[in-house]
Amino acid sequence: MDLQIALLLAQDGIVNGAIYALLALALVLVFAVTRVIFIPQGEFVAYGALTLVALQAGRLPGTLWLMLALGAAVAALDGPAAWRLGRRRLAGLLGRQLVYPFVIAALTYGAAPQDWPMLLQVALALAIVVPLGPQIYRVAYQPIEEAPVLILLIVSVAVHLVLVGLGLLFFGAEGSRTPAFSEASFELGDLTISGQSLWVVGASLFLIVALYVFFERSLYGKALRATAINRAGARLMGISTTLAGKLSFLLAAVIGALSGILIAPITTVYYDTGFLIGLKGFVGAIVGGLASYPVAAAGALLVGLLESFSSFWASAFKEVIVFTLIIPVLVWRSLTTRHVEDDE
Amino acid sequence: MKSSQSLLSVAIVAALSMLTAPAQADINVGVVVSATGPAASLGIPEKNTIALMPTSIGGEKVNYIVLDDASDTTTAVKNTRKLLTEDKVDVIIGSTITPNSLAMIDVVAEAETPMISMAASAKIVDAANPKVKWVFKTPQNDVQMSTAITEHMANAGAQNVAFIGFADAYGEGWFHEFSKIAEARKIKLVASERYNRSDTSVTGQVLKVMAAKPDAVLIAGAGTPAALPQKTLREKGYKGAIYQTHGVANNAFLKVCGKDCEGTFLPAGPVLVAKQLPDANPVKKSAMAYVQKYEAANGAGSVTTFGAHAWDAGLLLANAAPQALKKAKPGTKEFRAALRDALEGTRELAAAHGIFNMSASDHLGLDQRARVMVEVVKGDWKLIK
Repeated sequence: MDLQIALLLAQDGIVNGAIYALLALALVLVFAVTRVIFIPQGEFVAYGALTLVALQAGRLPGTLWLMLALGAAVAALDGPAAWRLGRRRLAGLLGRQLVYPFVIAALTYGAAPQDWPMLLQVALALAIVVPLGPQIYRVAYQPIEEAPVLILLIVSVAVHLVLVGLGLLFFGAEGSRTPAFSEASFELGDLTISGQSLWVVGASLFLIVALYVFFERSLYGKALRATAINRAGARLMGISTTLAGKLSFLLAAVIGALSGILIAPITTVYYDTGFLIGLKGFVGAIVGGLASYPVAAAGALLVGLLESFSSFWASAFKEVIVFTLIIPVLVWRSLTTRHVEDDE
Repeated sequence: MKSSQSLLSVAIVAALSMLTAPAQADINVGVVVSATGPAASLGIPEKNTIALMPTSIGGEKVNYIVLDDASDTTTAVKNTRKLLTEDKVDVIIGSTITPNSLAMIDVVAEAETPMISMAASAKIVDAANPKVKWVFKTPQNDVQMSTAITEHMANAGAQNVAFIGFADAYGEGWFHEFSKIAEARKIKLVASERYNRSDTSVTGQVLKVMAAKPDAVLIAGAGTPAALPQKTLREKGYKGAIYQTHGVANNAFLKVCGKDCEGTFLPAGPVLVAKQLPDANPVKKSAMAYVQKYEAANGAGSVTTFGAHAWDAGLLLANAAPQALKKAKPGTKEFRAALRDALEGTRELAAAHGIFNMSASDHLGLDQRARVMVEVVKGDWKLIK
């Protein structure tokens, strides 16, 4: 292995690691706020990418129907309570869950998004996929939001299986790619850096900074942090844990869908691609103990690099090497941190 | 009161058994396909093909009972048992993939029911296993395809060849066959790498392959995941020849791979290029028949070679069943045995993938007419004459 190969591998590892880092952040965020281990995180990656593919091909993405159906379900679930709380509440609920999906659906159906510029297509894909996050929270998790972590985990597995099955139904078994955001490439010594990999790393950095600003500077961000630190305490201070849950799922959906859209030009995305990518993000999140954002991001980057180099040295054992990383990390963590029996 | 109650329960039981027991003398065909899970891209066209199969053979009505095994071996076995015990099928078609088909052999042999597999491995019909008496298959063996590739490589003057394959039974099977035949042809294997169907990057493997400076690279993958190493090879500036296996022969692969696939060589069943076959080719007529029928039902350009394996299984059945009907009634042990004998006696049956000539030692029955070399030219398959 010479320097050039090492540099190419490192570049590849960093690009993949950036995506894993985003997913690791989303997993940590959801777990900290709601105690849900969000296995379906990866599905948002696939849904985001494949929805964009469908829009570019001039097809109606199946996720649109899912959003309409879940919107109707949420409206039915929350309708009676909103009715009692007054007309404005009800109007807000119906606007979000019925009018918005129909406007988006009409736009997708009528305005021929395959002829739009790429950026608008991406925005439309996000507008379709992102509402699924809070909707899934409302339907699957909110009724059991006080349940033990184990039950939340079991529900996560169920949601994951349902979403993968729907993914196959919506998008079919074959994979797809999207055109690159930018065809540009830069020469740096012996190294060629593609514009798309810069997009991935740049967008990841931007999202990380944006999340930081959101948590440090905005009221909602602070509410989320408060819920993560102490649920009961936050509640006593008038912070709605349900709202915090929905908000964290919204952010997770944004991150997931955006990750999918970012990697779709680099690799072929299948209806079930997201799971493995999410799992690698999860390994990164575990390195951070499902609590620390910077350590989780660093852990995810480590996973990306490890994967890249092990695919060179021992390609048949790549996944084994990546997932075995979790064992020494867990041993080290259980030796160094005091275990607190805080749950249940 | 009591007697009326028992009368009612008898009536219910009778009604239920009427529902489950198939009508007498219909031929019942159990189908196990992998319509979901990792092999879904193979299983879905197979499932679509079942819908095109004849609904009556030799004057008897044919019922197809299709179950999905989700690409899972345990489910495949469970479905097979269900078809045999509850639906009392006369023959099983399935499954899509090799591990499932291998696991089903024991079950069908125990029930003495013929089975026609749509999976590729030669092991499924390995004559050394006595249970294989009941098992037939339609896809070409990997070894037939490997021979075609090595022949083409040798003719093109390639001496050093690299291999990138799936890290599963498909990739390993190919590596095993290919490395053996390549050695016999004096082709040196300079690198051998593996990757997973779900991998998002194969940069490491590709760099290692390129460092070995091969004249040609063989990618042993199935469906669209096989496009990833090829795209990465071209992206990193590899200029040599690239070979794929017949596992990629569908249009989704061409679409995903795009211009990076220009000039790729692969062996495939003749059905892939049915229109381009010379009229003298004995397979042309039967292959075109399938292509036209499938595309009429599922749209132009939708046909795949995988669905054609299911079609061939249907042709074998339609050819053998009338002979078996002369000997026994469907639904009986005698009929199943007669059907097995008739399948084994298949002679010169022109199907979508070639001409079948079965024998006691060969339950595949395809010869060299069952493969052609194809090149990707301008985003389409082109027959190499």
